[in-house]
Amino acid sequence: MSGGFAERVDAALADPILKLAVERTAGTAEAKRTLAIDAFADFEAARDRAAAIKDHVIANLGGYLERFEANAVAAGAVVHWARTSQEACDIVIGLCKAAGAKSVARSKSMLGEEIGLPHALAEAGITRVETDLAEHIIQLSGERPSHIIWPAMHKTREQVSVLFKANHRDPHTEETIAAMAESARRHLREGMLAADVGICGANFLIADTGAVCTVTNEGNAELSLVPPRMQIVTAGIEKIVPSMGHAVHMLRMLARSATGAPLTQYTTFYTGPKRPGDRDGPEEMHIVLVDNGRTAMREDGLAEMLRCIRCGACMNHCVVFRQIGGHAYGGTYPGPMGAVLTPAIDGLAANRDLPNACTLNGKCQEVCPVRIPLPTLLRGWREKSWREGLEPKATRAGIGLWAWAARRPRLYRTATATALTALRLLGRTGWLSNVPLAGGWTRHRDLPKPAAESFMAQYKKGQRQ
Amino acid sequence: MTTTPRVALFVTCLVDLIRPRIGFASIAALEAAGCEVVVPEAQTCCGQPALNSGDRKTAEDFARRNIALLEGYDQVVVPSGSCAATIRVHYPEILEHDAAWFPRAQALAAKTFEILAYLDEVRGWKPEGVALPTTATYHDSCSGLRELGIKRQPRRLLAAIDGLELKPLAGAETCCGFGGTFCVKYPAISNSIVGEKTAAIDAAGADLLLAGDLGCLMNMAGKLHRDGSPVRAFHAVELLAGMGDGPAIGEEA
Repeated sequence: MSGGFAERVDAALADPILKLAVERTAGTAEAKRTLAIDAFADFEAARDRAAAIKDHVIANLGGYLERFEANAVAAGAVVHWARTSQEACDIVIGLCKAAGAKSVARSKSMLGEEIGLPHALAEAGITRVETDLAEHIIQLSGERPSHIIWPAMHKTREQVSVLFKANHRDPHTEETIAAMAESARRHLREGMLAADVGICGANFLIADTGAVCTVTNEGNAELSLVPPRMQIVTAGIEKIVPSMGHAVHMLRMLARSATGAPLTQYTTFYTGPKRPGDRDGPEEMHIVLVDNGRTAMREDGLAEMLRCIRCGACMNHCVVFRQIGGHAYGGTYPGPMGAVLTPAIDGLAANRDLPNACTLNGKCQEVCPVRIPLPTLLRGWREKSWREGLEPKATRAGIGLWAWAARRPRLYRTATATALTALRLLGRTGWLSNVPLAGGWTRHRDLPKPAAESFMAQYKKGQRQ
Repeated sequence: MTTTPRVALFVTCLVDLIRPRIGFASIAALEAAGCEVVVPEAQTCCGQPALNSGDRKTAEDFARRNIALLEGYDQVVVPSGSCAATIRVHYPEILEHDAAWFPRAQALAAKTFEILAYLDEVRGWKPEGVALPTTATYHDSCSGLRELGIKRQPRRLLAAIDGLELKPLAGAETCCGFGGTFCVKYPAISNSIVGEKTAAIDAAGADLLLAGDLGCLMNMAGKLHRDGSPVRAFHAVELLAGMGDGPAIGEEA
């Protein structure tokens, strides 16, 4: 992922396969979500409740985290606290080394991506087996996820077929999705059963039981986490819900918003390690609770962003994401939620384009199951960028000049009348196809020739007559 | 509706400079709907370009300026969903911290309306004796749709035009890629988005494209024209005022 935002966008827009791949998956998700929401009795009330649950937890985060810790410890787990991604990785690597782990099976986790865990494991010389099918594809291709639900959404099945044939020991011979899935299954099961440690994220942390909830559609989390000797969970501190009942409500929102399914194929609650008498399960369960900027977000006007349950609906419905895909955003999280999160995690200066490259059309907010006011939060970043002088000089000068004139109506009328006359000289028909300083417009579309006289001028004349 | 409201028309900067016809159509429709229309002379812009560029201080200046200019009228009507939403939704937001101006912002917000919503919901008006035997398709501009709930109002109004057949537009609620300054800050992305929109418009098979925001209309019409599409674009209020038989956007009178 090299270059700046503009280069990444150009590369994405020039890639017709990317467009096809994004459209296939996001288009299907959009259609299925619509059907699921239409069939849901009073989804609007359910959204209100989901937002209220998250707001309550975020406002009382300390208490719920302590409660979660006490209950997780009572169930036999060990809870670790990490302020930064570095601390989180250090804890995980330390645990793996203490367990003498040569290989880990990892069940897809965006928090793991956020803290750079794949890289940290590689540096520590620990073999990593990505067990989620899409993460497996990404690992084979040496890329990063381009979507938080479908990490390999930017790849077509045709590209994946080539990848599997080059990397699987016993690859598929038929070009069907079922045969490709079997090929991945044969390949991945070996890695899962041989792993010393299973690592996962958490969709929810249940405060009153100390349980960790994961959802998958492939069952890979269960196969990755139950056989190894040690289970490590890395989770953002905002993943807490007070009780199982609250978790169930959030699960109903999550699955429908993400894929349109009423529930994921596998929804598992892990409470502590293997108990005496259990035939299966890890000997040790470690839970690493990661802040990595979340407490600061709560204090810096981004508390609503901590409601996010990572469903991906905002990006599936985003006109910009649908054109440029996830990699162009450059961070761990793409789309509207990523455009809010990435400046908070990786800094605004390097990411000021993300909140700006948005039409503020509000569709993301409309589909968000926890009612995050994404356009408002994106505007907030724009304001910060402006205050800190990060916006380009040309933009500042343009807005400044326009604002200066528009506050002086008489001067504004004279200046705009001159501009109208000048603009009208640029074309013989009613359309202008090349306007100096307006190349951003006329490179791709024609500009209707402005009126010979402004409305205000014509109106005043009419009044005098 | 027994009393005649004194309505300030805030024409918006784009209508003022690019397509005054929309302003005159607005006056005609409002007068037909029983309003006394006033055009406050010192109006320029709602301040949306500053607001959406992050220049909060300038946006607040524009808000205060326009509140002082417009608060004396019974109602304020704007022929644009996004400019109306700036006054109705965003002025109170950005002045919430200002004890002196916040109540004034709220008061103005409560009596500011997008023109199609105003004609339909507040005035209960329908065009009478307007005929235009043609086909049209309607794009729901995002701010009007999502910030002001404008969806059925334009369709109800347009249904009263004799001979006008509305054809459905696939993805009518999908953003056209205009986004104010977005379209010139990120022209390539904007172009990809509007390209899909104009393909859907062409596929709708209608003669006319209608919407309630000139910015979006300029974007879509400019792309349609560049690509050689025969679809012609109007603001919906032009048709309602019986001006749908005149020059479309980009056509010289």
